[in-house]
Amino acid sequence: MAGQKVTGHRLLLRHRDIPDIGQFDVYTGQGGFETFKKVVTSMPPDEIKQIVLDSGLRGRGGAGFPAGRKWMFVDNNNWPHYLVVNADESEPGTFKDREIMEKNPWQFFEGIMCTAFAIGANDIYIYLRGEFWQVAHQLDQQIQKLHEEKLLGENLFGTDYSLNIYTHLGAGAYICGEETALLNSMEGIMGQPRLRPPFPPAVGLYNKPTVVNNVETLANVALILEKGAQWYRSFGTEESAGTKVFSLSGKVNKPGNYELPFGATYRELIYEYGGGIVNGNKIKGIMSAGASSSVIVATDEALDTPMAYETVRNLGADLGSASIIVLDETVDMRWLVNKTIHFFKHESCGKCTPCREGNFWMQSLTERIWKGGASQNDVHLLQDVATNMQGKCLCALGEFSTMAVISSIERFSEDFKV
Amino acid sequence: MAEQVKEKMVTLTIDDVEVTVPEGTLVVDAAKMIGNDIPVFCYHPKMEPVGMCRMCLVDVGWPMTDRATGQPVLSEDGKPQIQFGRTLVTGCTQVVSEGMVVLGYSEKVQKARQDVLEFFLTSHPLDCPICDKGGECPLQNLTIDHGHGESRFVFTDKKAGDKHVPLGDLIFLDRERCIHCARCTRFQSEIVDDPVIGFFNRGRSLEITTWSEPGFDSYWSGNTTDICPVGALTTADFRFGARPWEMLASASLCTQCAVGCNLTLNTRREAKSGGQLVVKRVMPRQNEQVNETWICDKGRFAYHYASADDRLTSPMVRKEGKLVPVSWEEALDLAAEKIQAAGSQLVSVAGGRLSNEDFFNLQQLTQKVGGKAALYSEMMGGDLTAKVGMGPDSNLADLGGGDAILVVASDLEEEAPLYWLRVKQAAERGATLIVANPRHTKTDRYAEFKIRYAYGQEAASVMALLSAISPKQPNLSETVKQLARDGMVKAAATAFAEAKNAVVLFGSEGTDLAASTGLAKACANLLVATGHTGRANNGLIGVWDKGNAQGGWDMGLRPSSTLADDLKAAKVAYLVAVDPAGDDPALKQALQAAEFVIVQELHHAASMELADLVLPAQSFTEREGTTTNGERRVQRFYPAVPAVGATKADFAITGEIAGRLGLELEKTAAGMVFYSIVSKFADYADLDYQKLAEVSQQWPIIGRDDLYYGGTGYANLQGLGVQLETAAGRGEPVSLEIFELPAETPAEGLVAYPVTRLYDQGNTMRFAAVMFPRIDEPFVVVSGADAAKIGLNGSANIELNGFSADVEVKIDESLPQGVVLVPRSFGLPITTPAPVAVKK
Amino acid sequence: MNAFQQKYATEIEAILSKYPADRKRSAVMPLLYIAQREGGYVTKKEMSEIAEILDITPTEVASIIGFYTLYHEKPGGKYRIQVCNDLPCALRGADEFLEKLCENVGIQVGETTEDGLVTIEGVMCLAACDKAPMFQVQTGEGIAYHEDQTLESTMALIESWKQQEKED
Repeated sequence: MAGQKVTGHRLLLRHRDIPDIGQFDVYTGQGGFETFKKVVTSMPPDEIKQIVLDSGLRGRGGAGFPAGRKWMFVDNNNWPHYLVVNADESEPGTFKDREIMEKNPWQFFEGIMCTAFAIGANDIYIYLRGEFWQVAHQLDQQIQKLHEEKLLGENLFGTDYSLNIYTHLGAGAYICGEETALLNSMEGIMGQPRLRPPFPPAVGLYNKPTVVNNVETLANVALILEKGAQWYRSFGTEESAGTKVFSLSGKVNKPGNYELPFGATYRELIYEYGGGIVNGNKIKGIMSAGASSSVIVATDEALDTPMAYETVRNLGADLGSASIIVLDETVDMRWLVNKTIHFFKHESCGKCTPCREGNFWMQSLTERIWKGGASQNDVHLLQDVATNMQGKCLCALGEFSTMAVISSIERFSEDFKV
Repeated sequence: MAEQVKEKMVTLTIDDVEVTVPEGTLVVDAAKMIGNDIPVFCYHPKMEPVGMCRMCLVDVGWPMTDRATGQPVLSEDGKPQIQFGRTLVTGCTQVVSEGMVVLGYSEKVQKARQDVLEFFLTSHPLDCPICDKGGECPLQNLTIDHGHGESRFVFTDKKAGDKHVPLGDLIFLDRERCIHCARCTRFQSEIVDDPVIGFFNRGRSLEITTWSEPGFDSYWSGNTTDICPVGALTTADFRFGARPWEMLASASLCTQCAVGCNLTLNTRREAKSGGQLVVKRVMPRQNEQVNETWICDKGRFAYHYASADDRLTSPMVRKEGKLVPVSWEEALDLAAEKIQAAGSQLVSVAGGRLSNEDFFNLQQLTQKVGGKAALYSEMMGGDLTAKVGMGPDSNLADLGGGDAILVVASDLEEEAPLYWLRVKQAAERGATLIVANPRHTKTDRYAEFKIRYAYGQEAASVMALLSAISPKQPNLSETVKQLARDGMVKAAATAFAEAKNAVVLFGSEGTDLAASTGLAKACANLLVATGHTGRANNGLIGVWDKGNAQGGWDMGLRPSSTLADDLKAAKVAYLVAVDPAGDDPALKQALQAAEFVIVQELHHAASMELADLVLPAQSFTEREGTTTNGERRVQRFYPAVPAVGATKADFAITGEIAGRLGLELEKTAAGMVFYSIVSKFADYADLDYQKLAEVSQQWPIIGRDDLYYGGTGYANLQGLGVQLETAAGRGEPVSLEIFELPAETPAEGLVAYPVTRLYDQGNTMRFAAVMFPRIDEPFVVVSGADAAKIGLNGSANIELNGFSADVEVKIDESLPQGVVLVPRSFGLPITTPAPVAVKK
Repeated sequence: MNAFQQKYATEIEAILSKYPADRKRSAVMPLLYIAQREGGYVTKKEMSEIAEILDITPTEVASIIGFYTLYHEKPGGKYRIQVCNDLPCALRGADEFLEKLCENVGIQVGETTEDGLVTIEGVMCLAACDKAPMFQVQTGEGIAYHEDQTLESTMALIESWKQQEKED
């Protein structure tokens, strides 16, 4: 097949196969931005949306919502539309978007540009976490280059379509990864989540229809439009099409990003790619979605479970953003729970009561449980507080904060014997 | 009549009770309508729901539909099968839908309330016994209903917070008590657009702070203490002052501006006051047609003037240069004697905080001897509002899409805060707001059309609007014609003419009586020409510079354009509730020339220095009466505390004097005077005190046991008042008035124009200690260019009308060059635009 | 035009041009970064100046500073070493690294060295979990990542800053 060269199952981390793909000429030398040109000059937006829907591309931010469907929700009776790229990458254990933007930027750009055209947006905002200062600086220069190459600006390819891209730096707030908090942050107010509904495709940035998608999600789009929905579906599983960049961290020998088709098992990731557990230790648990998911007991059955939205659920956990933190036998789950709650307490935005007060309360308990001075009652109380938070929070963060607590106490009860 | 849009209704069941409510209603509000109080903290019926506090979680079920057929799925008993959600939903954000079932009393919901409440209480101090909110605290009440018996949170882990944090001069914050409901911050940003308090930090470290200068300095700040659902926000004057259950509540009215906000005076007996009832605080009393549930800080805090230490308690006569106490008999005899002798050389001057009854008796007395009764106001047009003012059943809250409002010559928030708020809200509901003013004001933010005219051209600018739609007006000056050519003026005029309902609010920015006359006439003409008269929600509103000015006009008093001369020539100057000497050195000079000065007042005001006879009057807290607001709503206020010393009500004093002159006026009870008013003035014909005391159910329902819903403001149980019919409404012919436009002041050098500031140095503000820090020193406002030209840096010396004064200088970049704004009631001689010299 | 606006006129204009004209409040975050450029924190005066530019209140500006961790309303070290010691990094020795670093520099977490050069902070996940121990260095000029760090490499970095100070 002509066009973009894809090696094996690496669709996004293609810089590992083509080291200089980060250079504009190398990317265009392979037919880069041809898809964007084709899209702008000859493809109706509805067709683009349909292809992406058919490809089975799901949002990589964690919720796994079908991208094409989200785009179809955009209200065409209300203009202008915006595309906001979620590059807030803040889930502990997640570091994939940064690598994509740093190493394979043009594919990322082409993806977001095609997406903007599909949803009828003339402005794209890339919201990067403030810590990605250097990445933003790099993207700014590349946006400049795209303008010079006439791939951005007014009347692209002689059509009446105009497109601009702007970066916007956050400033240190995990909650801004939540799409409505991100929009508030962009609007210059505190990054606290909004009520949903209405969802951003109806009422988003500046109260206008807005698509918010993750970097990784959109980095797939140009390839899908070039090679087709069926091609994309040839990777992965029935319900989880394509590949996924798994961020592997924790007690493994070779932590890092590994792009694998959905359906690869935890065992493959951890032992084949990750080089096994440090010091030859025994694996104890797996956090499948950073700090936000239940902890999986690393049984053989769990290790052989395919990593896909539909299968990880069977382990009482979520695939989420697929940031896999590996825990070995040296990890005390009381320590882990304390560390996790320290994070959530620090990042709770404070808007809703259960999350604001609950995480503060849980932290006081986990500190005592880990550092000493707790009774068995405190463990029960911790479990009860976490349970009482569930189903009552305004956004998912509050809910997430209880996951590690409840699952750890239930699944690793021996660690919590006082 | 305004077209009634029929709202679509929705029927749902809440805890087995069926209720039918308009589409779009929130579950908490629907429940409230049937007396089912779903607990809330962050939700307030006047603000957009945010769903933050999670206290209102309820179980919500929807009727199931068969996806294939679209038909409802029925259970065995033939009723629709209900599908409940997996999780509870917040009743404050959930909109009702047909067939919805809401469970508030289910075990799951009760448990959720208990859980959320437990979260609130983890770090909340257990200081109810010393907390000002204790006894009227939603958190306390809900804890009794839903709280755990004991705390599971370790006390030593409690998050400590700052106590007694002064957010401003008037509001204190206790950070430990704050439950982060954001009602106060949302009120300040969403309702009054003055976001000077806000959250800082995040998570459990979130705290209310102000980083603005000078802190929480907002005309609206007191309202946040009413809606704070805990004891976090308290007012400087009430905190630690009394417990809610010790206090009585008396209905009252505010006379600080033309709005006539409904108040509740909370009183209690105090040992330190000799066992007497004293006013402990002023709270808003709900009147959705006037002030909703809000009042401004002047209304809330300036009342202290009534209980200031230096109240006059006994009549006094100047003997050998000194005022010495005398009996009422002696004082009244002397007054009668002097007034009788003065005859037509009696000049009575009446202040805007007087009641209709006071005005009536004063006017009758003055008329009896052939003297002149002047309303102490710098505005004209009270006769025109009687013709083409707001008719019965008007409510600014009814204005919205398709309607238009013109605000002209007014810095509305300064002149009448609640009018400003209600105009803003109408604009937010879609009403076309036209603001015509020579400089930028806060009202501009919501205006679709901002018309800038030069000072002195206010009437011309309104005539320009009129001529833009109906060009064949006679007597149009060049100024008008030129203004009318402006595209914006044309567009604004068209919007105004085509509006379903249209209202004009005219103020006193830069105007003297002559300018005000022209302005009022121009406004009336615009309304007549566009057919916006004689109907509800249409007409002219006077943003009077004095509280009950409309009542004064209705009782037959008129402002005098020659007040200084009148006083100079007076044999008797009878000053009632006014302090001309304090307000304006020119008037002080005039008073010095007057032969005999009677001052009927509450305090030792500046004019008393020139008084020959002093008659101590009662304040509004000590007596009853009625006032008439800018929308010509007659309202009633009631006594709350016993009279101070030997004081008498103003109408009674005047009545006693009149009696000595052979004129029998009612003097025993205000209600009796009101009968006289009713029989004399057709506009008031059908009224009596009973009618003024009538109430009807208002929405939102506030002030019940569930203080958490609407706050601690009071429900209105004592009268919503009655809006008077206008001449136009009675079908009397009203026609365009042909009048000369007032002459424009020639712009040679700097010209001073009078403006109104809410916090002035008038004799209510000056005697309310809590307001001291909020009152400016005498100042002038100049343009940036003039300030630079003269080299002004913060202060200046001005020469105005023959007087010299050192003043502070404020800069307003939107002010045209050559203009110097001089505030009224700051002791500066400004009643009319005049040349001014400003020096470094 | 206030002093802040005058000083950074072109830059501010460029930032404002990113957002719709009636949504200039969006520029509050980039403007705060500019304000931090000189002293590493935002002064009350700058809060007011930014508020004036964006037509909001200083309190609204402050709420942004308070909410986000990368804005500071108080001065700190010229170089803020922000060590990630969140869960994934901690599994790879970040806590020990942070402790040793503090020990070597002679301050506690959250403190600033006497010469005002270095502040050491522990921060949440920086999305570099595979390269722990790691930290970012925040200065007025911006943020730079330092990955796969050792105590030696970090002390050398601090030494180089000290050298630079001497040279300047």
